[in-house]
Amino acid sequence: MAKQLYNEPSPLETLVISKNFRKEGSETLDGYLANDGFKAFLKAKEMTPEAIIEEVKTSALRGRGGAGFPTGLKWSFVPRTSPKPKYIVVNADESEPGTCKDRLLMEYDPHQLIEGILIAGLAMDSHKGYIYIRGEYRFLIESMNRAIAEAYQRGYLGKNIAGTGFDFDLYTHSGAGAYECGEETALLDSLEGKRGVPRMKPPFPAVAGAWACPTLLNNVETFATIPAIIRDGGAAYAALGIPKAGGTRLLCISGHVNKPGVYEIPLGYNMMTAINELAGGMRGGKKLKAVVPGGSSCPILRADECDVAMDYDSIAKLGSMMGSGGMVVLDETTDMVKFALRIMRFYAHESCGWCIPCREGTTWLKKILQRFDDGGGRKDDVRVLGEVSKNMLGRTFCALGDAAAMPTISIVEKFSEDFDKRLAMQGSGLVTING
Amino acid sequence: MTFSPQLEERFAKMLQSYPEGKKRSAVVPMLIYAQDETGAVTQELIEEVAKRCEVKPLQVDEVVGYYSMLHRQPQGKYHVQVCTSISCMLVGGTELYEQACKKLGVGHKQTTADGLLSLEEVECMGACSWAPCVEINYDYHHNVTPEKFDALIDGLRKAQ
Repeated sequence: MAKQLYNEPSPLETLVISKNFRKEGSETLDGYLANDGFKAFLKAKEMTPEAIIEEVKTSALRGRGGAGFPTGLKWSFVPRTSPKPKYIVVNADESEPGTCKDRLLMEYDPHQLIEGILIAGLAMDSHKGYIYIRGEYRFLIESMNRAIAEAYQRGYLGKNIAGTGFDFDLYTHSGAGAYECGEETALLDSLEGKRGVPRMKPPFPAVAGAWACPTLLNNVETFATIPAIIRDGGAAYAALGIPKAGGTRLLCISGHVNKPGVYEIPLGYNMMTAINELAGGMRGGKKLKAVVPGGSSCPILRADECDVAMDYDSIAKLGSMMGSGGMVVLDETTDMVKFALRIMRFYAHESCGWCIPCREGTTWLKKILQRFDDGGGRKDDVRVLGEVSKNMLGRTFCALGDAAAMPTISIVEKFSEDFDKRLAMQGSGLVTING
Repeated sequence: MTFSPQLEERFAKMLQSYPEGKKRSAVVPMLIYAQDETGAVTQELIEEVAKRCEVKPLQVDEVVGYYSMLHRQPQGKYHVQVCTSISCMLVGGTELYEQACKKLGVGHKQTTADGLLSLEEVECMGACSWAPCVEINYDYHHNVTPEKFDALIDGLRKAQ
């Protein structure tokens, strides 16, 4: 019997990091070894650290967590000759609304992730790593622990890995429910046993991260991509995508489509093709209204903006972001007042409270949107929502404040007619406060 | 305070996994794993974790208030978490949560009188492409329809 996946794969996918997902036993070490497993690590062992980092730069890989920072460049910032211990930290705190991909990489191909971490270890001269996994993903903490134990048992972790003389220890670390801990410096505070609030930058984690030591912090998907880059070469990987955004990435499609799911696409894939072909088109033949391109933090796109190549720069030209790959598709029946409110309830709940513009701003915006949705909207609210949001931008330690403000600004600007319609309904006496 | 042998083994390993003198790092994971056995974060547990991690109880206490999965009051034997975040909301998550309130007869962060079930409306759980999603304790349930939800709850009640 074929393996049961969360969603049917699509023949339109370009399989690189998800190529083993549907194979039986892909989560075991033997399964991984049968599919080129640890070849990249052995190859990397013969390379200089500089050559490994150069290969990652050539691949044009950009961070898959949300910010899209060039991975090779980030790797080059870690002072590998520092006398302090260097740490590798994996961000598996996947919690950006719309995003559900890192869990598949850990569930179906944990040894690919381990190999990516080991290669990073070689490049950083690091011998210890932690995978910070969100607390809700307990089943993945347990399955990742099993994979780690198997790797230790078979000599792919621990002392003298695969006879190369390289030592590396790897551990999982459980979070306990806090979106903010996906922000890298908050994650490090959480890893140190504190409340997960962001740190002042600089110094950046590359220089002073976990326990004030040089730390390389990347998303699960970023690390999971490294073996393919080293094995096939950075140039071959880059060629799968487009210039400045190499390779493939996992796209999580959710919302009003016929076949929501996680699909691996080359960077630069057309968004409308993703909706109409990969995801089987709009549910119930409804019309497309809007798309959240990369998780709830990204400014929303109107339907007429969606005929766009999905890569960092093309989406940036529309004033939005590729983010974490969480693409949420909205049809014409979606009420944007309710949608904006639900987004803001999330950020108000998850704001860590460290910076006042974010803590107060998200709460004010939530209250205004709630009142509006309850039928107590005022003519001036749309302007006030925009103003409050704009005053949060750039005034906080981390990006959560911006992440709350940006989608709100885009929704009130691009869908003001939804707000006007509500006001008109109130005026007609069809809606009363709390009614 | 002692925990089950499995948990003691986990804690012994955990405390060794962090660099020398950095036992404080174990505070959050230790609390969440221990809470599964004790049912809630009690004052006794806070003091125990503080002792094992070599910090002041206050340093543990301040962490408890921060993380949404840590709770000072016991929850139901089965903690039903219904996601209503954007991806779930678009495909019936909100209605599912309303159904859950009726079915369980309790509201957000409340527990049934018999202590069997507790309910929480939660933020994104990372199951967006297979929404709506419900997590019961640590078990994920995807593409949950109203019928599937009722069957899940009936199953838990019947197993008693």
